[in-house]
This record gives sequence, structure tokens and C-alpha cells, in this order.
Amino acid sequence: MGSASSTLTQYDIEDVQEHCNNLFSQQEIVSLYKRFCQLDRNAKGFISADEFLSVPEFAMNPLSQRLLKMVDGLNFKDFVIFLSAFNPKASMPQKIELIFKVYDSDYNGKVTFKDIMEVLRDLSGSFMSDKQIEEVLIRVMEEAGYSKDSSLLLDDFVKILDHPGLKMEVEVPVD
Amino acid sequence: MSKLTTSRSELDLDRPNIEDYLPPDSIQQPHTKLRLRDLLDISPTLTEAAGAIVDDSFTRCFKSNPPEPWNWNIYLFPLWCLGVVVRYGILFPGRVLILTIGWIIFLSCYIPVHVLLKGHDKLRKRLERALVELICSFFVASWTGVVKYHGPRPCARPKQVFVANHTSMIDFIVLEQMTAFAVIMQKHPGWVGLLQSTILESVGCIWFNRSEAKDREIVARKLREHVEGTDNNPLLIFPEGTCVNNNYTVMFKKGAFELGATVCPIAIKYNKIFVDAFWNSRKQSFTTHLLQLMTSWAVVCDVWYLEPQNMKPGETAIEFAERVRSIISIRAGLKMVPWDGYLKYSRPSPKHRESKVSAASVGRKIEIIECEALLQR
Repeated sequence: MGSASSTLTQYDIEDVQEHCNNLFSQQEIVSLYKRFCQLDRNAKGFISADEFLSVPEFAMNPLSQRLLKMVDGLNFKDFVIFLSAFNPKASMPQKIELIFKVYDSDYNGKVTFKDIMEVLRDLSGSFMSDKQIEEVLIRVMEEAGYSKDSSLLLDDFVKILDHPGLKMEVEVPVD
Repeated sequence: MSKLTTSRSELDLDRPNIEDYLPPDSIQQPHTKLRLRDLLDISPTLTEAAGAIVDDSFTRCFKSNPPEPWNWNIYLFPLWCLGVVVRYGILFPGRVLILTIGWIIFLSCYIPVHVLLKGHDKLRKRLERALVELICSFFVASWTGVVKYHGPRPCARPKQVFVANHTSMIDFIVLEQMTAFAVIMQKHPGWVGLLQSTILESVGCIWFNRSEAKDREIVARKLREHVEGTDNNPLLIFPEGTCVNNNYTVMFKKGAFELGATVCPIAIKYNKIFVDAFWNSRKQSFTTHLLQLMTSWAVVCDVWYLEPQNMKPGETAIEFAERVRSIISIRAGLKMVPWDGYLKYSRPSPKHRESKVSAASVGRKIEIIECEALLQR
């Protein structure tokens, strides 16, 4: 299933399902395929950054540029694997790992104070100054037992973020 | 929980308040104490982004839904085949014939009237109006259009504009057969453009070019002049600016609503029973679209002429536009989405990103207020 054809065989569906650890049902994978083909305008087999940005709801999102780095050029299988983190049945560590990857933009496995600052800046836009964000972040990190120079690893993230209130679920419409 | 009001001067006043479109419980309760966990938790924003990747309301507006096939049966299939034969072999040539006759009659009357009555403007205008209505009726007959008009017929009065939702260029023809409107349209290439610059010019149409930025001021001036003129044909505007699939309405552009005129809404709803009249301009040319209509059984639609609306005191143009949009959407049974139709042609600007408010960022703003409170402690 290298280049996207408009038909998906049963074998392809099962292959994709296996790779996302059976988080999606076969119907959902077919739906996602339809959506993938809708976004991939010239049937190249992957969705380019420009095509993602043609969805206004996505382009408006403050984290769109960071997410683009993760989804740009994905083929269908990887596209489904990426979205599987948003499945209600996905495990908490899987969801937290995606959040970690959004922060860790240089993929070195460590999230520094600077990385967190950048994400907070993206989210708050012009509502807060850098100085204000920095002050709040230092104080909150100290209360949690981290200093300004400490870098957080994935395990730290899991420790901090793992709580039943964390909901990151997207429903795949099946018609 | 106190309602979060954003200062209007910060947001771009050109867009409707997206908070009105959010489900009522999507704005989270403020926490009692800000922790590292709350600050690092970007899951609401990520969820929104992933939700947009999986399905978004903007793309849905322009999706043409193919009709369900019903010919999957031993006696339904031959019936369908017979239908195809009748449609392509009998109806289509018949319709082409009617259309040709119509054009011959029209041109043989229009050209003499246009040329010979150059001095007698009033009479010429009246005759040309009647002839344009005639050719539009021929067009509608060529698709066996079954159009039901509800409500009082529009009359030509100064200081009024008509606005309607837009599904295809045939909207114009359907409305024009009843009343000769002057319409404001995108200049098209090809034979449509030729028709635009010759015949439609005589009814008083105004042209614009979507891709030219300066064009907007010129067009705004022309609109105003037309509306204020006393014997111009009533002006018809499609404020969505693009064709939508007749299940949704996109944002109305405020241009039509700041002319200081009464706005008369018209709602058009096509019945998809025989054919989907949505012109997906990305997928097919207008000629292909017309041929598709001419080889279908019928085009069925309802047109409602609704009560004229005036701008209420203290209402902005954008609020007025949204109010009229909801009147039209409710009447025609369409869902309203808060997107600008022009996003079909261009990407949202960075300025858009700052001013758009989403459920996640509203929650984030509550956190920011807490941050500020934290700083002051």
C-alpha cells in the first residue's frame, strides 16, 4: 500500500489495525482512509503540510506548527498510528508520550525549561509577556520539585501528568 | 462561573463571535490552585487539532454527497437502465431543442431592441428585463425545473438589496426568471463571461474579481451607487461569496449589510431527490454541471422570499449579517458554520490565528488569569 490507491483491501486494513494495536475498529480505519484521501488531494500517498493547513480548524490551532512537524509526510499507516494516541482505549503512557514529543521539538528525549516556555508562548499568544510566563513557570516548577535548569524526561512527564482527569479523545465518525 | 468576556478591540471585529458556536459545557471550571500538571497539560488543544484532522466543519460544507444507488435489484436495474435511456435519449435532446428555440427567440428580440431602441432608455430597459426573464424561464424549463416560490414577490424600490444563500450559479437563473435582478458576480472565463459582459450588463450587473485586493473598494462604491439609483433593477447579492453544498451556510460577508439599505433575505433549498444541484467548482466546470442537470429528471427547489430586515440600532454590520444568515438558515433548514467561504481559496492569515477563540484556548485563558493572580500574590 505504498502509494494511495482509492481502494483498500482487507489485508491492508488488518495490517494497519495490527500496527495500531487494534485500537481502531475496521470501520474506523475505512473512515480514516476516506478522510486521508480527502486531504491528500493528488493521491501522492501522504498528506503534505500545505494540505493539513487547508483545514482552517487545524491551521487556527496554536500548536499546529509543532504538530505539523510530526504529521507532515506521513503515509496512511503512520497517520493512523499517530491518531491512535487519541483513541479512548489508548493507554495513558501512550497519550503522555505524544504530549512529550510535542514539547521535545529537537527529539533529544529531554524537555528543558526553554522547551516548555516556547509551548506556553505559542498557547498564550499575546496575552502574557515572556517575563510573566517565565515567572509563573519557575514558581510552579519549584513547587513541584524541579529547578529552572532541570530537564524533564518522559518518566517525569508520566509522573506529573498521569491522572484520571487527562482526557485526550477524538471520535472517528463512522457513517 | 463568571462568563469570560473578551475585549472586542483585541479581536478582529470582522468575524462572528465563535464563542456562540461552542457547546455550553466546553468551557472548563477554573482550578483552585495552579500546578505544574495544569500548565503542562496541553491535551485540550491537541485534542482539537486531532479532531480537525479527523473531521472538520469547513470541508463538510463543500462535500458533494453522491446519491445512494437504488438499482441493485433484478427489476430495479432494468428500470434504471430504461430511465437512463429516457433521460439521455428523449429528455436531453428535447431539452436542448427547447433551449435552442429559446435562444433563437431571445436573440431575435434582444438584438433589435438593444440596437434600435438606443434612444428610448426606459422602454428598452423594460423590454430587456422581460426578455432576460424569458430566457431564464427557458433555462429552467431545460432542466424541468420545479420551483415553488413562497412569499411576496420582490418589487423594485430604491434603498433595498436582496441576499440569498448560494449553491450554484443556477440560483441566479432560478431567481431571475421571476424578477429581473441585477446581480453582483465573479467574472468568469469562457462563454459564461461572454454572457456576463453582453446580456447581463444590460440588467445592471456588477462584476468583481476575487483575486484583486483593490477591487473591493471599487465594488463597494458601485454597490452603493446602484442601491441609491432610482430606476435600477433590484440588486441581488450572495454574501457567502462562494458555492456551498446546500446543507450548510458559511459566514456572510458584511459588504451587503453596510450599504444603509433594507435587506430582503431569500432562502433557496434544493430537493436532492432527483439531482444534487450543488456546483462543486473544484470538481467540474459550469458546462459539465449544466449538462448534468439537463440529463437528470428534474431540478426541484423551494424559494422563500422572507421579511425585509433593517439594521437594528446599535447593531454592527457583522451582527446584522449573522442575524439575516440565521433567518435564511432556519427557513431553508441549513446548518450554520463560522467559517469564511474564501478560505476555500486561501490559507488563514497569522492574524486569524491570534484572534480566533477555541474551547481549549478559552480554558487556557482562564488559566492565564490564574497565572496573573499567582504573580500578584
